Amino acid sequence: MKYEQINKVKEMLEQDIKSIFDIKELNDLKVKYLGKKGLISELNQLIRDIPNEDRKDFGQAVNEVRSFFNDFYDTKKQQFEEETLNKKLESEAIDISLPAAKVTQGAPSILEKLIEEVEEVCMAMGYDVVDGPEIEEDKYNFEMLNIPKGHPARDAQDTFYVEGEELLLRSQTSPVQVRTMLEGKGVTPIRMICPGKTYRRDDDDATHSHQFMQIEGLLVDKNISLSDLKGTIDIIVKKLFGEDIETRFRPSYYQFTEPSVEVDISCFNCKGKGCSICKKTGWITVAGAGVVHPNVLRMSGYDPKEWSGFAFGFGAERLAMLKYDINDLRVFYNTDLRESKIFDREESL
Amino acid sequence: MISLEWVKDYVNIEDQDPQELAVKITKAGINVESVISHNIDNLVIGEIVKCVDHPDSDHLHICSVNIGTDGLQQIVCGAPNVREGLKVIVALPGAILPGNFEIKTSKIRGIESNGMICALFELGVEEETEENYAKGIHELDDNAPIGQNPLRYLGYEDTLYELDVHKHRNNDCYYHIGFAYEIAAILNRKVTLPEANYNEIEDSINNHFNLKVDTEKCPFYLAKMVTDVKIGESPEFIKRRLISAGMRPINNVVDISNYVMLEYGQPLHFFDKDKLGNNILVRNAKENEEIITLDGKCRHLKANDIVITDGKKAVCIAGIMGGENTEVDNNTKTILIESAIFDAVNIRNTASRLDLKSEASIRYGKGLNYEYTKLAIDRACYLLEKYADAKILSDMVTYDNIDKAAKVVKFTPDDVNKILGIKISADDMKIELARLDFDYKLKDDLFEVTIPSRRLDIDPNVNDIAEEIGRLYGYHNLVSTLPRVPIRRGQYIGDVKYRKKISKRLRSLGLNEVKTYTLVSKELTKDFSFNNKENILLPNPMSSDKAYVRTSIIPSLLNVYNYNKKRKVNDILIYEISKTYDNNFKEESLISGLLSGTYIGNEWATSVKVDFYLVKGIIENLLNYIGFKNRYSFEIGDNNSLHPGISAKILLDREPIGYLGRIHPKISKDEIYVFELSLNELMRKIKPLKFKPASIYPGIKKDMAFIVSKDITAGEIMETIKKNGGRLLESISVFDLYMGDKVNNNEKSIAFSLYFEDPNKTLSDDEVMVIFNKIIEKVTTSYNAKLRDN
Repeated sequence: MKYEQINKVKEMLEQDIKSIFDIKELNDLKVKYLGKKGLISELNQLIRDIPNEDRKDFGQAVNEVRSFFNDFYDTKKQQFEEETLNKKLESEAIDISLPAAKVTQGAPSILEKLIEEVEEVCMAMGYDVVDGPEIEEDKYNFEMLNIPKGHPARDAQDTFYVEGEELLLRSQTSPVQVRTMLEGKGVTPIRMICPGKTYRRDDDDATHSHQFMQIEGLLVDKNISLSDLKGTIDIIVKKLFGEDIETRFRPSYYQFTEPSVEVDISCFNCKGKGCSICKKTGWITVAGAGVVHPNVLRMSGYDPKEWSGFAFGFGAERLAMLKYDINDLRVFYNTDLRESKIFDREESL
Repeated sequence: MISLEWVKDYVNIEDQDPQELAVKITKAGINVESVISHNIDNLVIGEIVKCVDHPDSDHLHICSVNIGTDGLQQIVCGAPNVREGLKVIVALPGAILPGNFEIKTSKIRGIESNGMICALFELGVEEETEENYAKGIHELDDNAPIGQNPLRYLGYEDTLYELDVHKHRNNDCYYHIGFAYEIAAILNRKVTLPEANYNEIEDSINNHFNLKVDTEKCPFYLAKMVTDVKIGESPEFIKRRLISAGMRPINNVVDISNYVMLEYGQPLHFFDKDKLGNNILVRNAKENEEIITLDGKCRHLKANDIVITDGKKAVCIAGIMGGENTEVDNNTKTILIESAIFDAVNIRNTASRLDLKSEASIRYGKGLNYEYTKLAIDRACYLLEKYADAKILSDMVTYDNIDKAAKVVKFTPDDVNKILGIKISADDMKIELARLDFDYKLKDDLFEVTIPSRRLDIDPNVNDIAEEIGRLYGYHNLVSTLPRVPIRRGQYIGDVKYRKKISKRLRSLGLNEVKTYTLVSKELTKDFSFNNKENILLPNPMSSDKAYVRTSIIPSLLNVYNYNKKRKVNDILIYEISKTYDNNFKEESLISGLLSGTYIGNEWATSVKVDFYLVKGIIENLLNYIGFKNRYSFEIGDNNSLHPGISAKILLDREPIGYLGRIHPKISKDEIYVFELSLNELMRKIKPLKFKPASIYPGIKKDMAFIVSKDITAGEIMETIKKNGGRLLESISVFDLYMGDKVNNNEKSIAFSLYFEDPNKTLSDDEVMVIFNKIIEKVTTSYNAKLRDN
């Protein structure tokens, strides 16, 4: 008879669970069956009236109903929670196609980017990066570079004088080399580059600027040759324009180097076939260079019998114009930020 | 401009293709910029066998032209001098005339025309002048062979090299004999100098003429006298060659002086001896001395200029231009030929001051070879005798104070090899030196080389010899090697290191680097002067917009702002690090920034706009990054160019190092924030970077809010809190600022959040309350503040 009651509760439960559709109904059901006066709880009360030897069986029978309920409850609860979560997630969905937030990251100037690339390769070869004054003494800008007063080489570098004939806006970065040599006192080997601003009296247009940047380098050591210069330049231009670039030297003339050369690279655009960038020659001039003139060494305290070296100079604007296909030099000094932003990225990794 | 036909007089290049030769010359160091050929295909000599008027034109004619094997061609021609029987130059279809003008078969007013009858200027061998235009088509002589190449017949078949020569070689490579030596070295051939033997009459120049040189700026002066000169037209070859060199033929005498200059590089001056008188005195000009030059202009001289005088008045500005008063004219009978050397720097200075760059002054300005001074005067006498029937007086008047010491270099083959990084033997070097026409002795592996005087560019040191040998050896034959030097890693030195690091940091904080001009206009020097610096005004500026050296970068950044704004770029975050100079020439590197618009975020959602506190945060970030945490502070600013209420001074170790703030509305109405600080001031010692473990014990957070008078700054209160918080006070932040109804008009409420922490133990509330109450008491008494209690 007592078992009948268990069966009754069980039947009722089986009936009830068919109409549970949300968490509230589920919890109400729990109260109905497992609450203090719940139907299953009440079945437990009946155990007192069961003879001892039957109690175990009876208890087991009630527990079966209880387990049945609990299994149902847990499953259903998990199901309802999942449904709720899914609804919430659905409601939280966004339009991922909307524009992103602007994340702050500034770009280097185009020239700076170019210069940093040269610095990177030169520093790896042991060159320090040095700078010097932009208002410079005639002595360092000209005289100690083997360009005495009245020399025609001065005419080509039409200079901004700042006071008298002694102070000027440097027309080249070479005075930094002189200063570095003087610091070396004729005993320290030198490896340095000195990228920096320079000034000449040119009217600004697409290909001229009264202010421009040079990247000059100097090496002073023992037994340094023109061939060593060629190997060094090779490495720099390959870094800038690609591993397949070839270097060619042509005789040239500068006061502070002897022999002097002009450096051509094979055209990176047409690979030597001839195009508008290389003016159909297959070659592009990118630098001036040479073996340091013995007078320059001597004036800066290095005995040319013992020491020798080479120097090279690139125009930063020219390199950048070639490398990034820019045809107006003014771009570098009239910054349009939309153009700058392009250069906030790696060249290649 | 170098004529190859002309060069052939001195060195054999008949076997050379002009294009290939140009490449060889360029490789050896003289840049042949362009090769201009006067050869035009499809040009023939023709004879007009019939010439009738064009039915539809008042000036055109229809010609039937016999061009030889290709028979008769119908050509329409509009020249006034076209007529039957004339031998003419015919450009047939396919001919490409200068200016890339291609001749094609066409119809001219309905009549077919199979070519064009040409004038010389249309072929590029004569200048296109009105005079030449008026002459019409070129009339060939009756002997001209029909069907042949007319340019060859006329001797115009030439190739010109336009050179772009580096300064050091632009004396010897700008005259034909010098260039011939260069070609001879490249091709390993010999140069033959031109004929210069002439007859002299008995009468000596010394009977007619005295020379005195009274300036050290004229070390060498030679004069010859010729008489019975017949002025007339020059022979064809001289005219042709002058034209190819870009000079206009005038008469035989003037042309000869120019011709010799183009041969030897030595300018000659011809005086009309009868106008000149019996004396020449070379001296420095008197201050403001006047002379009317050949171009009819009156020139005022200075004491540094050199003049040729007749003993009293100036007759020529030495090396630059002759005077009208002694000019050779059509009646000239007797000529004094001057061949001299003047101080090159002097000539350059005078020519540039007078803005008088003549063929002569350019050459004098580059320096001359004294050996050719003599050869040129002899050559001129030879040509005058031959082409102007001149009689040459014997003897030469000479002033000779020139240094004739030959430049000698001693070196071993190894010296040269070391410089170039090559290995060539002494025997091979001998060959190279011979090609260069350098005299040498070789004894015990030691060369002793004498440099010819025409090579003014070569200094007596081994590097110069290495260059000469190297360029003939061929730089393209050099192998790339690397210097054998110890391995090391290069570094950024001194302020460069700071510039680089700060630059990278500012970029990571969202600012874009710009580069602007150091030289600015007066307008741009007005604002943003820091520490009352005065600008340098250039003594001789190019233009007013580049007259001053800037002391602040901010005006330039404002230019960039305006430039971008005009282009509808609105979020402008920029910086520049640059050197500046004040009028004591003191250098200071400045770090300057300009920020406006949105800093971070999104137009359609939330975004952070640039304001004062954002810029302040960027500066703090930067200073902390460098290692100055707790060493900097901000004070109310006093820069006139900034908003007086929204600006601050930046102090490091209590010294001002820069400023920040909003740009004063009188300068720009836009909301723009700027900062500028001295990079040099940031180059200070910092504490070494060290790890500090974070406390593992819980701390206690306490909030407090005060109502204070509006003029009390949050900074002051925080200072007081910090001072009284002791070592347990880990951090302070402001979490609320209120002004409004709930406080009095002249008051504000500021709420602070304090965090206390002990690295060694868990803090007790009691401990904190003691400090907390002490802080409250100090703040309330110091600032007359009320504690807000809710």
